[in-house]
Amino acid sequence: MADTRSPQAEASQTDPATQVTWRSATGRAAAGTRRSSRSTRAWRVWSSAAIVAAVVLAVLIVPPLVDLDEQAVHLADKLLPPSLSHPFGTDDVGRDLLLRCVYGLRVSLLVGVVAAVVATVIGTAVGALAAASGGWVDRVVMRLVDVFSSVPHLLLGIFIVAMFRPGVWPVVISVALTHWLSTARIVRAEVLSLRSRPYIDAAISGGASRWRVTLRHLLPGVLPQAGLAAVLMVPHAIWHESALSFLGLGLPTHQASLGTLVQGARSSLLAGDWWPTLFPGLFIIVPTLAIAGLAGAWRDRINPRRRSELML
Amino acid sequence: MLELRSLTAGYDRRDPVVRDVSLTVAAGESVGLLGPSGCGKSTLARVAALLHQPDRGQVVIDGEPARGWRHRAPRAQRTAFGVVFQQPRLSADPRLTLTQLVAEPLRATGRAVEVPDRIRELARTVGLGEDLLGRRPHEVSDGQLQRACLARALVLRPRWLICDEMTAMLDASTTAALVSAVETYRADSGAGLLAVGHDKVLLERWCDRTVHWDELARS
Repeated sequence: MADTRSPQAEASQTDPATQVTWRSATGRAAAGTRRSSRSTRAWRVWSSAAIVAAVVLAVLIVPPLVDLDEQAVHLADKLLPPSLSHPFGTDDVGRDLLLRCVYGLRVSLLVGVVAAVVATVIGTAVGALAAASGGWVDRVVMRLVDVFSSVPHLLLGIFIVAMFRPGVWPVVISVALTHWLSTARIVRAEVLSLRSRPYIDAAISGGASRWRVTLRHLLPGVLPQAGLAAVLMVPHAIWHESALSFLGLGLPTHQASLGTLVQGARSSLLAGDWWPTLFPGLFIIVPTLAIAGLAGAWRDRINPRRRSELML
Repeated sequence: MLELRSLTAGYDRRDPVVRDVSLTVAAGESVGLLGPSGCGKSTLARVAALLHQPDRGQVVIDGEPARGWRHRAPRAQRTAFGVVFQQPRLSADPRLTLTQLVAEPLRATGRAVEVPDRIRELARTVGLGEDLLGRRPHEVSDGQLQRACLARALVLRPRWLICDEMTAMLDASTTAALVSAVETYRADSGAGLLAVGHDKVLLERWCDRTVHWDELARS
């Protein structure tokens, strides 16, 4: 961008004729900011990718490789500040926080990814069913979606979690069952726009059944959107899991998850011990923002007109 | 015989595009339907191919009234029509290669075993080179894609061909090639043709008789 701008800037100073502006209004508005914003975006993508790669490696490799017990209690070492032997310090019963954060992230990522995938599958199925059927099926299904989305996610999630014993799978079910609604809407809108294309007419005329049209032509067309929705859902699902665990409704407290870590550390925060809340908090924020950053870059690629924002 | 009996159709019941139009195409006959753009001739073509439900009126195919529209039409009635649309880009699924595109109706009707033979035969009929068959729609020109769309319309050997502005986007030589491919097929199979367009010279040369939209709408 800089290379193309400077000769023109010189020319416009010397030759009055070129002072007539030829760039479009949007080009003019963007010219000053484009260079920095493009490098910022590249930086954001690469740093996000690096963080996600590091996180995935950490949660995949560390637990099987180092044979340490993250639940082992050492009361003599309780609430040690960060040091070389405990880089993140220890918690109020002397457990190593770095280890617990990695294990917690492992659980949170598992919940986030599984819940996002399940939610996307449900949402895609419901959205495609509504749009492909049309008529009263569409109206009834989408009004049900409206009704579900009028209830706050967290409240519904708490209700679902409360029906089971604490554990990973109730949290997955709770997050998945409360998060398919937006995907259903996205998929329905996409399918509706695809359904009116002439190639669907051609398929019908070629004898394709409703099923075949949906599976062969409509669903493959919405897969990129649905995949993107799934990835954008992962950070959201992780936050949701953390929130449920923080409220004491998610995982049992001895099991490390980012939410239970923050929850357990609240009491020591008042005593001036900052590390038991700070590091799990960072472990919630940084990886989820990195995932959201990557998903945003993907969305910019497939739909450049809509700049990424977090789906919160 | 394909009979369109006093059809009223459109996208808003209070303001139909097609009002009380009747048209008959005899078996093996080719009828050209002329009209300015936006007059409703494409809608009429869609109704004739059972792709759009009319508000009133009847489509009778060889003495048997159409028993539904779109998916509700019995498969035998739907596949009696081969339809070629105006814009090849929009009428081809961008994810399928040209071979898959042409083979799709055969697979959809459970006749996948016939695919290799029919593809080879049709590629020759419509003038598609072997090298093009593996490509996807965005890798070929409009004319080449329209040839594939015509092949797709012919693959089930329909008794009726509906060509909705089939050649409007194409150059003269491709137009000539497509029209002659249609005529070859009709000579072999005795299929009827309803060609919709606004090119008077082309339709008058191509079809046994041409009908102007105004005459239909008035009657």
